[in-house]
This record gives sequence, structure tokens and C-alpha cells, in this order.
Amino acid sequence: MPEQKTYRVLIGKPGLDGHDRGAKFLARALRDAGFEVVYTGIRRTPEEIAAAAVQEDVSAVGLSSLSGAHLRLFPAVVEALKNSGAGDIPVLGGGVIPDEDIGLLKDAGINEVFTPGTPVEQIIAAFRSACETQEARRT
Amino acid sequence: MGKHSEYKDWEDKELASSLNRFPERKERFNNHGGEEIARLAVPDQIDEEYIEKIGFPGRFPYTRGVQPTMYRGRLWTMRQYAGFSTASESNLRYRYLLDQGTTGLSIAFDLPTQIGYDSDHPMAEGEVGKVGVAIDSLADMELLFDQIPLDKVSTSMTINAPAAVLLAMYVAVAEKQGVESSKLKGTIQNDILKEYVARGTYIFPPKPSLRLITDIFRWCTDHSPAFNTISISGYHIREAGSTAVQEVAFTLANGITYVQAALDAGLELDNFARRLSFFFNASSDLLEEVAKFRAARRLWARIMKGRFNAMKPASLMLRFHTQTAGYTLTAQQIDNNIVRVALQALSAVLGGTQSLHTNSRDEALSLPTEDSVRTALRTQQVIAHESGVASSVDPLAGSYFIEELTDRIEAEASELIAKIDKAGGVVAAIEEGFIQRQIENSAYEYQQEIEKGERIVVGVNEFKIDEESKPPLLRVDPEVENSQIHGLKELREKRNNKNVEEALANLSACARNTSNLMPEILAAVKTYATLGEICQVLRNEFGEYRG
Amino acid sequence: MSEQILKGLRDRDPRGIARAISLVEENDPLADEILASLDDSLVDQAMVLGITGPPGAGKSTLTDRIISKYRSQGKRVGVIAVDPSSPLSGGAILGDRIRMMGHALDQDVVVRSMATRGRLGGLCAAAGAAVRILAGSGCSPIIIETVGVGQSEMDIIRLADITALVLAPGLGDDIQAMKAGLLEVADLLIVNKADCAGAETLAMDMESIAREGSGKEKDSAKVCMTVASEGKGIDDLLAAIETVDASHRESGERKARREKAYDLEVLDWAIEMIKPSIIKKIEEGGLDRKGDPRMQAVKLLEKE
Repeated sequence: MPEQKTYRVLIGKPGLDGHDRGAKFLARALRDAGFEVVYTGIRRTPEEIAAAAVQEDVSAVGLSSLSGAHLRLFPAVVEALKNSGAGDIPVLGGGVIPDEDIGLLKDAGINEVFTPGTPVEQIIAAFRSACETQEARRT
Repeated sequence: MGKHSEYKDWEDKELASSLNRFPERKERFNNHGGEEIARLAVPDQIDEEYIEKIGFPGRFPYTRGVQPTMYRGRLWTMRQYAGFSTASESNLRYRYLLDQGTTGLSIAFDLPTQIGYDSDHPMAEGEVGKVGVAIDSLADMELLFDQIPLDKVSTSMTINAPAAVLLAMYVAVAEKQGVESSKLKGTIQNDILKEYVARGTYIFPPKPSLRLITDIFRWCTDHSPAFNTISISGYHIREAGSTAVQEVAFTLANGITYVQAALDAGLELDNFARRLSFFFNASSDLLEEVAKFRAARRLWARIMKGRFNAMKPASLMLRFHTQTAGYTLTAQQIDNNIVRVALQALSAVLGGTQSLHTNSRDEALSLPTEDSVRTALRTQQVIAHESGVASSVDPLAGSYFIEELTDRIEAEASELIAKIDKAGGVVAAIEEGFIQRQIENSAYEYQQEIEKGERIVVGVNEFKIDEESKPPLLRVDPEVENSQIHGLKELREKRNNKNVEEALANLSACARNTSNLMPEILAAVKTYATLGEICQVLRNEFGEYRG
Repeated sequence: MSEQILKGLRDRDPRGIARAISLVEENDPLADEILASLDDSLVDQAMVLGITGPPGAGKSTLTDRIISKYRSQGKRVGVIAVDPSSPLSGGAILGDRIRMMGHALDQDVVVRSMATRGRLGGLCAAAGAAVRILAGSGCSPIIIETVGVGQSEMDIIRLADITALVLAPGLGDDIQAMKAGLLEVADLLIVNKADCAGAETLAMDMESIAREGSGKEKDSAKVCMTVASEGKGIDDLLAAIETVDASHRESGERKARREKAYDLEVLDWAIEMIKPSIIKKIEEGGLDRKGDPRMQAVKLLEKE
């Protein structure tokens, strides 16, 4: 009966990649885990994703890319968030991402990186923890 | 006991004519031991039900295949989808594949090209040359087909929203090689409807998109009659998460929409229907996939006959390309993917595909390396030359399991098509979100089964190991984007910009009236107007679709 | 912290506005201060437009076009897009933004997605406050977009000064049932996808139901025809909205509605505020679980 905190997150697909099976699955899985999930649809610029994240006041942003453009696009979202005064919002990313890129992405400010085959429970836990951290930072 | 009259009739007509025109690959197909393998196994007692449901290959309802001798006459086309980085680099890969025995090219374009952006467009940032080759203008297309004689190869191009522009560039390159457009063989995907629901590379709203498609139909009928003007694709619908039944239903429903649009545009059914081709996914459930291909073929023949009164056999036949299922490939223990691909490819061959792409083992990680592409091609060659399944036509026919499943898939797909009809057709069903929802729900269930361990994926949720070594990956050099942008800048300085502007103005005017867009697009690409410039003109006239 | 948010709100900083809405939605102690800081005259003058209709009618696309039109008139537009929460998990997918992403970089289009959160009324309270925050930050009109199905969505529509009902041909049989209830609250009827077969019939149908409807002044019940995907009919629609708005302002209808909405929100807030203390009492074991639960509730409230 105690009211559990409802976290708001945003799932975005930066770039031109239209493969949103993974993004949509995750959005639904997060909903089923009690999150409110703003979904931006495909083919968004990093700036659009950042602006939506700000307006929706989400506690975390999740990005998905399968086209190999993640090294350019994920850090660009982090950058765009900073430029909107929302650099504190944690960003998580997933997709077809070679192992050797994970370090580069983390260095660029991506909190967590998920590769194909990661159990969804693990991804949900990462979102929850990112939201909790963000919430604690705010209060 | 003599042969059933229908059987005899088929032998005298379809079979005889086929053998006459295309002799089989061998005089006799033997097993090891010298016994002859039957061309076509049939039941002892042929009855009405057999004739109505299963029949004979090359004859309505085409359950057993579209040609009377199938692979005994000619093997399927081994067509490996490839393309990355720049035109010159892709050109090298195509020439390598042709050397290795592929029999058709299949061009992968990068995302900016597929969405009608030049490489220097802000939206193209980071995407240039990534999932395919970057084509900005005719100049790139000339490099892409350098030393590849276009009258000798058949070329499939995975291009949809800007298909007319890429086709025009292809025609223009051929012209420079001295090859007439009437000699060109190949396929453009040109299937916009599935982009709205599954693949995402749409540009324009449905109405003008359908106009572009029917303009291509008409232009090709007159100028390039051997070109397949559309490849109606279930592949991506399945990749997006649909079931086998949904794949068939949504694909054929899209097919119905294109046929209707062409009829509405005043085209003659038998002129364009024979140039419709299809593209399906070969997924992991081997027997279900075989039944799916057979059901799709039968259902399409019945639709063309029943709904559209098509008469000519060529208009009734569902000819299709197949690709093994990308979504089943795993990033774990990637060699297992070779086995998955082999089984999936086998289902496509047992299902009677006309051409086949086999995925490479490392595609869940990145673009395939040359080594893995070769193994993928070899997989097809093993099936073709060693497995024996190519020696007899539709060898699984008559299996209780296969026939029942074929019937069921056909019936369920028909029902789903009826639902779409009731909702006002495909375009209305897309706008309402019906098709997207169906696919999403199936995808969600499938993935939940994996997450809960109810569906075993070897190496992912069972039979896991600690993997240390990672295979070598192919990466696209980030420099490609810069060099592509540089080339574009040079082109814009070098070309006659007055001609370009004129051609674009003509195109713009044409878009506002109802005349065929193809001649204007062809004229524009010849001035080296870029893909992005041409698409921008059309964007201005047609508006953009928002997903 | 509070200073920062209040300043952000005053400066119309997107982050400040967004944080303010969240804090009010979460019933944070800062909510009072935030709401008290709003410019009353802006809140009073803003036009609140409700857009409702069944899934697939094209509400989001229509909203997108309406935004474009108001933007071309130089107006700053707010949008509250409401989606249902899952009754099982309490989560929600908020997807209405997708169709409006073309305005994402326009700082004068403030879009906020909101889930119903299965609250007892509370949605009205939260959404009403969000509307006022948007109004206080200079937005007018403010569009509330919601699927007109559940009770909470019907309630939220009561926050609007003007309500438009969007239907489209070919949406199936369940629309019929929905129509009656929605038509009661609608000031404007829109047939979207007017280029599709069945649009004329639907329009006539709606008109006649509206005319019969409930003795309200529906003589002017005019049906606007739009093709949102192509931007057609939007000018006429905006003109119709303006006409209704003017007549509501003149007749006092607008004032009457705002008073009703005010009362409704007070009730909602009161329920929201009282709930935690009751939950706390129950959790602390204040129940002897004797007699009927209803009697327990009476006892519990007596102790309040």
C-alpha cells in the first residue's frame, strides 16, 4: 500500500536507424516494472532528445542505436543535455556496440552500456539505480 | 493404373515447355549408388483435394513452386547483400563476391542515402557509410559499378523512399556503359508500406509515396521490362518481431495495396503484376518456415485470381527472395550462428525460394568480415551441391505436418488480411496503428519468453560459456564521412549548376501535376544533381511523414 | 533549491518549468510556493483547449498541426498529453510526443506527458496545476490531449475551457458507445481523416447526435473536417475554436466552467492530501478488523 516512487525515464533513438524493436521492448519492460516511459520515436537528433528529456523532467535517458553510429550519437546527447543545463541527467545506452567501444562511451559520460543478449532485468535494475541516484542528488 | 489426367496434362504442358526452354542441370539426378532421384514425388492417388491445394509446380495454385523443375533447372540465385563505406570500397567487395561465385549483386545503402539525405546533411552525421554504401550522386554510382558490366549481372537494390532516384542513377550508369535500359535485370525494393510499420526509412506520406511507386511501375513497363519494380517485403516485418502468419498477412496485404494503386493509376494488370516480387525472412522454426513459403505462394495466387481476376500465370506467381533471420543471430558464441543460418537457408530452399542471402556469423556484432561472408556463401553452396535437396521439387509436400501447417498459415493470414480490409485497407490500418501494434505485441511476447527462459536461445540464456576471445571486427573508417563530404563539395563546384537548377525546377513542376516523375528524375541525376537535392524538391512538394 | 526552481520558472527556463510541474505532481512541499508564485492574470486569461477522442483518430497529429498554426501566430503553446497508466504495474508508456517532435527545439512549445497514475481523482489536481504552471509561464493556448475513455480522462477534460472531440471514419464499433458520452462534453466536433471513405456519413451522424444531445445549446454544433496528416482544415478549426471561445467568454460559460473546475480540483487536492495520513493510520495498525470495513472507515475518519 505505501506509494512507491514512480520514476520517469525517456527512451530515445538518435540518428537514422529505424530498428526500434529493442527500444520498444525496453520501453514496455520498463513500464511493466513501474516506470513512466516517454518514447521519442525513431530518427531524432541529439538536441531533440535532450530538449524532450528536459521538458519531461525525466530522471534518466536511455538511447538505442543499431547502425554503428553510437560513438558519435551517444556522446552528442550527453553534450546536448549539458548545453540545456541538464548534464546531471544520467544517460544509458544500448545496441550493437563492440566491446572495445564501451570504455570510450563511458569516458564520454554514458553511465551504462548494454550489448545484445543482456537480460532485461539487468537493464531495468540499471535504470532504477540511475533514477535513485539522480533523485537523491536532487533532494 | 495410369497417370491422373491432370498430372499428364501438366507433364505435357508446363513441364514439357519448361524442359524445352531450360534443360535441367543434369541429364539424370542420382544418389550415391546410382539410383535416380524423382523429379516430383506425387501420391499414388491424385484426387481433387490434392489438385486444389497442392497441385503441380509451375501451375496454379503454385503451392509446390513457381517453376515446373525448380532447382533441377536452375539453382536459386545466391545473392549476398553487401555494401559499406564508399562506392569504391563496395565496388571491390562486389567484384570479390562475383569472383567467389555469387550470381547476383545486392546493394546495401547507408541510412542517409536511404532517407534521401546527402552525406553533408546534419542528420547524416555519424551514419555515413555505416550500414551500407553512401551514394550522393551519379558520380558515386559510376564508381560503385566500375568494371561491372550491367548487362551481365542482376542487381538488387535495397532502396525504398528514394528508389526512383537510385534506379535513375543505375539506368544512367548503364547508359554510360553502352547498355540500354531494356537490357537491365534486377530488383529495387521500392516497398514503402513496410517502412512505415517496420523499417523506418520513410520520407514522404503514403499518398505521394504510392504515386512514386506506380510511376516507377509504368516507366519500367515501357523502358526496363525485365526489372523487378518492387520487392514486397515481409523480411523486415518479421525482423521487427511479427509471427510467421503476420509476416505473410501484412506482406500480401501490402501487395494488394500496390496492385490496387497501380490499377487505380490506370496500369494494365498483366503488364505490371509479373514484375512484382517478394522478399521473406527465413527464421528458425524450420518446418513452420517451409510451410509459410508454400502458404504465401498459394495465397497470393488465389488473391491475384480471385480478387483481381489475373489470368496470366506470370501474374499469379509469387516469386521471392529470402534472407536468413538477422534477429536470431547472437553476439554470444558466434560460430553457432553458422548453424542457425544453415538451417534457415535450408528452410528457404525447401520452401522454393528464387534467391537467397545468408547472413554472416558476426553480424550481431558489426558489419561482416570478408571471411564470414565467404562462409555464409559456402553454406548456400553446400545446400545446393551436397545436401541433395535441390534434386527434387518440393520434397516435403504431402507430409501431414507440412500440409496442415501450410493450410493453417494460409487460413490465419487470410483472416488477418480480411481484418485489414475491414479497417479500410493497409494505409488506414497503419495510420490507426493496428499493424504496428500487432507486430509490437508479438515481439514483446517473444522477447519475454526468452527473458523468462521459456524459449531457449543457445549460448544466450542456456549453454553459456565465458568468452574471452572476440573475433576481428570490420569497422568503417570515420574518415569515410569526411571524404564523402569533400567529394560532394567538389562535385557541387565542378558540375554545371545552371543545368542542375533547371532540372530540379522541372522536377518540382512535375511533382505538382500528375505526369510521370521518372523522366524528370532521370534528367536530374544526369546533371549530377544530388540525391539530397532531388529528395528535397520532393519533400517540399509532398511533405514529410512523421512516424 | 526552491529559489532556483522559482527563478527558473520566472525566467521561463524549460528545466525550471519542468521541475515545477514534477514537484507539484508529486505533491512536494514546495508545491504551494510554486503555485503561489504564478502570475494570476496570465492564468486567468489563458485558453485551455481539450482535445479528446479514441485511439487512432489522429489526436496527436492534429495537435501537432494546431501547435504549428498557433506558433505561426506567435503564440506560445503548452501541451499536456495524458496517457493511461498500467493498472498492473503503475507504469506507463507516454508516446504522444512522437508526433510532436517536430517542435522539440522550439522553446515556445512546452510539451509535458502525464500518466493517469490510477489516482483517485488526483490526476485532475496534478493536471490542473500543470496547466496553470504552463499558463503562468506564458503559454496560451494550453492543449490537453487525452484518450476519452476512462473516468479520469473525462474528468480531466473538465479542466478545459473548450473541448474538441476528434473522430475518424473506420474506427470500428466501440466508437459508437463512446460517442454519446463524449458528445455531451464536446463544444466542437472534428472529423479527422476527412479524405477517407465514410467521413461524410460520420459527420452527419455526429451532427445529428449532437443536435439531439441533452438540451445544450448545440444549434451551432458544427462539425469541422480535417486531414491532419496533410494539414488540411486547420484554419477553419482554429476559427471555430475562436468563435466558441468568444461566445463562452461573453455568455459567462467560461467563468462558470472555471468555477466548476476549481471546485473539482479542490476536492481532488483534498483527497490527495488526506490519503497519506489515512494510509499511515492503517499501516500503523490502527485497525482492529472488527465489523464491516465501512464501519472501520467511519471510525478512522472520526479520529481524524
